[in-house]
Amino acid sequence: MSEATVVAASQVARQAGGDRTYKWRRLLEALLAPLVALLAAVILFSIFLLALGQSPTDFLDLVWRGAFGSWFSLQNTLQRAAPLLLTALCVALPGQLGLVVIGGEAAVVLGGLAATVAALPLVNTNPFLVWAVMALAGAAMGGLWIGLTGWLRARLGVNETIASLVLAYIGMAIFNHLVEGVFRDPASLNKPSTYGIGDANMLGTVPWLDVHPGIPVGVIACVLCWVLIYRTSIGFAGRVTGGNIRAAQLQGLPVARLIVLACVLGGACAGLAGTIEVAAELGRANASLAAGYGYTGILIAFLARFNPLAIMPMAVLLGGLGAAGGLLQRRMGLPDATVQVLQGMIFVSILASDTLYGRIRWFQPRADV
Amino acid sequence: MVDLSALETVAGAMFAGSLRVSTPFLFVSLGECLTEKSGRINLGNEGVLVLGAMVAYGTSYETGNPWVGVLAAAIAGMLLGGVHGAVCSLAKVNDVAMGIAIMLAGTGIAFFFGKPYVQPSAPLLPGIPLAWWSDSAQVRNALLVSPLFFLGIAAAVAMHWFFRATRVGLRIRIVGDSQDAALALGLPIDRTRFLATACGSALAGVGGAFLSLYYPGSWNEGLSSGQGLMAVALVVFARWNPINCVYASLLFGAAGALGPSLQTVGVTWGYYLFYAAPYVVTLIVLVISAHGGHSLRGMPGQLSIGR
Repeated sequence: MSEATVVAASQVARQAGGDRTYKWRRLLEALLAPLVALLAAVILFSIFLLALGQSPTDFLDLVWRGAFGSWFSLQNTLQRAAPLLLTALCVALPGQLGLVVIGGEAAVVLGGLAATVAALPLVNTNPFLVWAVMALAGAAMGGLWIGLTGWLRARLGVNETIASLVLAYIGMAIFNHLVEGVFRDPASLNKPSTYGIGDANMLGTVPWLDVHPGIPVGVIACVLCWVLIYRTSIGFAGRVTGGNIRAAQLQGLPVARLIVLACVLGGACAGLAGTIEVAAELGRANASLAAGYGYTGILIAFLARFNPLAIMPMAVLLGGLGAAGGLLQRRMGLPDATVQVLQGMIFVSILASDTLYGRIRWFQPRADV
Repeated sequence: MVDLSALETVAGAMFAGSLRVSTPFLFVSLGECLTEKSGRINLGNEGVLVLGAMVAYGTSYETGNPWVGVLAAAIAGMLLGGVHGAVCSLAKVNDVAMGIAIMLAGTGIAFFFGKPYVQPSAPLLPGIPLAWWSDSAQVRNALLVSPLFFLGIAAAVAMHWFFRATRVGLRIRIVGDSQDAALALGLPIDRTRFLATACGSALAGVGGAFLSLYYPGSWNEGLSSGQGLMAVALVVFARWNPINCVYASLLFGAAGALGPSLQTVGVTWGYYLFYAAPYVVTLIVLVISAHGGHSLRGMPGQLSIGR
């Protein structure tokens, strides 16, 4: 948007006796509602812990120390947040169009597998070539997989939530079939894996931060998606579709194509997450790829209300919770599902907080200022 | 050359497998059917299924009576479904997303409290031998059917009658089909949906009890393979008709039994692919029952997936 338009728009607003602080009050409402929800979830979880005879303050203290307390734990948190940034985008991009796509997990594992397989013939060439091919193959595979869901939704009217989940199970089956079949390295006995991409082709760490490049890649992806959604005409068309699909169709917007595009881009992000897991952590594709990143991404996207910039802090928060899980298990003797209980409570509370929007008069636009 | 006796074995094993594994599909789909008839969708039944399985197994272990476990599973399901029903009654809350949250919360709670019950073995539900007349152990084994299966069929018939012939059933259908009509008649929309969701989840909880107390008959974290979510597709396939839910469950059960049946005759190739058969069936069912965005015959008018 050009500067002149902004000035003109604000002048129009002033002439009409417009409500100049509304923009900020709306932002405040959007920040406060999830904060209240998070707080409510923490209180609920504290009651849960108290009922079990555990101390909530100990719990929060351990989460803090396990997630952000030391340089090591912070690195661990960021390492976990990296794939979550990308899998959350896989939910947020279609989410902007009003779709609930929850099959990101399959895009992660199939993306990781495609990237590995594409890299195998090239292992003795230049690492940069290998990485480029891996990123392309992983993103293409992920995009294809979630794009299929979008196509089913747009062309055949199949409900995308169920379709994406069913496709996630089918994708996992195909992954297992291939990894334990044609692509299996006979040397991997206990844990069937593909051949490795070789140490020379592993991604190193980012200078200064000492974390793998998944974080910068994820951050760049989030920023690009934000620009796409909020600063381009395609993104605007998508948001119109999400707001009211009939209005979008009436305006002649290519709704079906927008849906497929959002799903393909989201899937490409998830596929990239799988690629980075292979290239930076695992070195090969195996069952470790299915670490639940796709499912945690759903929660993050909803926490961020499908805004890619808000995904970043939320991914760090959830990555931190995951990183603290081990410490909680050792120090408090809590089962590893504790984090999942807390996540579930956060999820329920954040969705329930949707009802708060528009309830408080002060946040609403004022007609007569 | 196809070996005919092998084919027979596979068909027989699929039939037996269908009788064995269709029950959880049946209960969850009946529960989902009830909820959806009131105009709301509950994806949280997957979490209810897992929670029901854990509660049933734990209660059966503690009390020594598996039927108390089944009852406890129904109550646990009702509570979790009640949370879904209550929160979805608030304005602007998306029931599809909320279902995913309930699914996550339900499985989390089940894994949290279920950890001590992974090892011990609880008393399981007995099977009803339908093949007392046969001498073949194989046939006897195949026709050893869970009492819950018959309970499920009875529930389906009862629900069919309930929707067709009772005042309350009609009210649920009105609330699900047209909010305006329900308002005009002064029906309590939110309360109806809340109760339909809670009762539907109680049925789904019984489906979970079947998993842990009959087949596979143990409690562990990988017990459910998404039956709770597939039930949503199954209800679409069954056109929101409880009787059709029985047939659809048997079909899904047979698809699930395909992989193990092929293994019995020595086909080991593609184990994982055959394992995915019920999901492929679900997808095909979704595609053939979709009408390019138009609402389907029999679909409750207020259902959010019918947008």
